[in-house]
Amino acid sequence: MDLTFTPAEEAFRAEAREWLEANVPVGLPSGDTAEGFALHVEWEKKLFEAGWSVVSWPEEFGGRGASLWEWLIFEEEYYRVGGPQRVTQNGIFLLAPTIFEYGTDEQKARFLPRMASADDLWCQGWSEPDAGSDLAGIKSRATRDDERGGWVINGQKTWTTRGAFCNWVFGLFRTDPEAARHSGMTYLMVPLDASGVTVRGVERLDGDEGFAEVFFDDVFVADDLVLGGVNEGWGVAMATTSSERGLTLRSPGRFCAAADRLVDLWKRQAAAGEHPERIDSLRSDVAQSWMEAEAYRLATLADVTGLVNGVSQGARSSLTKIFWSELDVKLNETALRLLGPAAELIETSAGAVDGGAWMKGFEFALSGPIYAGTNEIQRNVVAERVLGLPRK
Amino acid sequence: MNFAFTDDQLLFRDAVAEFFANECPPEKVRWSWDDEVGRDESIWAALAEMGVIGLTVPEAFGGMGMNEIDLLPILTEAGRYAYPGPLVETVAVVAPLLAESAPAAIAEKWLPGIAEGSVIATVQLDGQPFVNDMHIANLLIAQRGEQLFAIPAEHVRSTPQVSVDGARRLFSVEWDEADAELIVSGEAALQAVNRAFDRGAAATAAQLIGLSEQMIAMTVAYVVDRKQFGVPIGSFQAVKHHLADAELKVSFARPAVWAAAYGLANSSADVDREVSMAKCFASDAAEVVARKALQTHGAIGYTTEHDLHFWLKRSWALASSWGDAAWHRRRVAHLLLDA
Repeated sequence: MDLTFTPAEEAFRAEAREWLEANVPVGLPSGDTAEGFALHVEWEKKLFEAGWSVVSWPEEFGGRGASLWEWLIFEEEYYRVGGPQRVTQNGIFLLAPTIFEYGTDEQKARFLPRMASADDLWCQGWSEPDAGSDLAGIKSRATRDDERGGWVINGQKTWTTRGAFCNWVFGLFRTDPEAARHSGMTYLMVPLDASGVTVRGVERLDGDEGFAEVFFDDVFVADDLVLGGVNEGWGVAMATTSSERGLTLRSPGRFCAAADRLVDLWKRQAAAGEHPERIDSLRSDVAQSWMEAEAYRLATLADVTGLVNGVSQGARSSLTKIFWSELDVKLNETALRLLGPAAELIETSAGAVDGGAWMKGFEFALSGPIYAGTNEIQRNVVAERVLGLPRK
Repeated sequence: MNFAFTDDQLLFRDAVAEFFANECPPEKVRWSWDDEVGRDESIWAALAEMGVIGLTVPEAFGGMGMNEIDLLPILTEAGRYAYPGPLVETVAVVAPLLAESAPAAIAEKWLPGIAEGSVIATVQLDGQPFVNDMHIANLLIAQRGEQLFAIPAEHVRSTPQVSVDGARRLFSVEWDEADAELIVSGEAALQAVNRAFDRGAAATAAQLIGLSEQMIAMTVAYVVDRKQFGVPIGSFQAVKHHLADAELKVSFARPAVWAAAYGLANSSADVDREVSMAKCFASDAAEVVARKALQTHGAIGYTTEHDLHFWLKRSWALASSWGDAAWHRRRVAHLLLDA
């Protein structure tokens, strides 16, 4: 057991820290509005130019071939200096691992570099009006078109995060309606500027236009936009959702940085001297949130040790998803209680503490137990696939 | 970075687990409840033979000279089998304390006996009202303010206290300084006490992990087997979610306990915080797991005929020994917020 990083890894950390401290933008507006999104894309391009957008990818695709440990270090430093949420995340963290695993060489060359450079911006197309937790119940169809060599899509996707601002969507479409529920689906990548695609933004709980509905009316996609095999989409999609639940989407650096900011908020509130009883009564809650972020960091170190030794997390990624999503809610709730009557003020209010970031963070955190498979579904997965309880 | 145990550490642990599986089955735990002494000398002797009792005794005194990273996985197995003997006191706390802080004469007097299994040691720090296993101990290490003493058992007057866990043997003790040997005093004593407390808390946390894992295993076996409405009750979502919550708590307490072992073995600058986080999470986890296990077993779990109550009651006892979750959470809050 050795919980230290090597001198080379520490040098990598120092290099990342130096660049990030000099370049991370402060006070970017939310990336879930049209104007905020554009500013975030500018930042992502700057990250890419400096070689920091996808550190763990091979150099030929725009990365720097960093190890998983170095990726974790980069994430720690990124969030420590207050780096903004990555609006490229659905591409670089979710689709990319799936392309690395299932993509053809042509697909890798075509999609990965443009994803890394934020020239292509990807959203996910899983949920449909009648298929949420029951993802295998999707109805959007892709029908074979032999003449043109591809597929014709009809149907609707919904809750597509940042769909109104992206130019590509990936997701599952039913290609064999006769097949059993989990068969007969194919994983397709669809340009949102294709003829027949309509995108309608939907305002989220926090007031941003972060959601979208995507309608497909006779949309043609060529065969080279199929990821993995035809009718084998379910297995391919499971690789993406496993990334979404686990390590790649939500690295511990993000939560550790938030926990440190919570400790800092407690100290500022205590120093301000108002409502000392309330501040004092929240000491243990602040400590608990800090420890949960630290526990997530430690669990990740154990998981990555397993990964570099060839042991995959498997269904245990569902435990990870439950833990980080619920700790994020608790952490932000604790911050709001520290703020007391100021908690309700949002970013457009002059009196908001920290620019209303805590209410924004709370509202965002509330989506965590819902997206990427609700925590109820995750608990079923834990019971059935980690503990071995019967499905029925 | 390598957050894992070595193959040797895992082999040692597995050997001890196999020993407990054979020598400390639930019937043996039940015997510990019913028997007046409740401790099987042959188990202690065999553990000494395997090197477990002398694990933390320096090699110069006949021990293995190993540290917490080697020890805590073994204590997890002791917890899993609800073994009631004083491993935390003798192996995790007293032996390292004597090796680090005692004058040579005192160390030479007691450490070789600990390593060979002939000396059982127990401990009482300020704030700990009761002493474990005084009835079989040869040596008591006790704090009095800024002094730490070694008291041979024949000079200790003890009064039994009865724990909800009938396998535990607790005592109130009295002794006179005239019969005690001074180990260390002043600031050095307080530092030694702090280290001893951290070691006891982390070792107890490791036992709680094993207890929790075993309660989950027993409950999984029960809900797969038990049928109601014509199907295993483990197929019901309400039951699944109880068990998923239990597994969640243990899964994120476990790495905190291993990190505390690492912090102790490497004298980390943040070892107090690391240990308190481990004990806080392990205590919380065990309490949640115990509740879920009982609820999921239903009425059969609410009897003393079923074995589950051995694990429930050990969990309750250990969750509040060496600082309960609230105490350790306050300690972490102090370290984070008052710095």
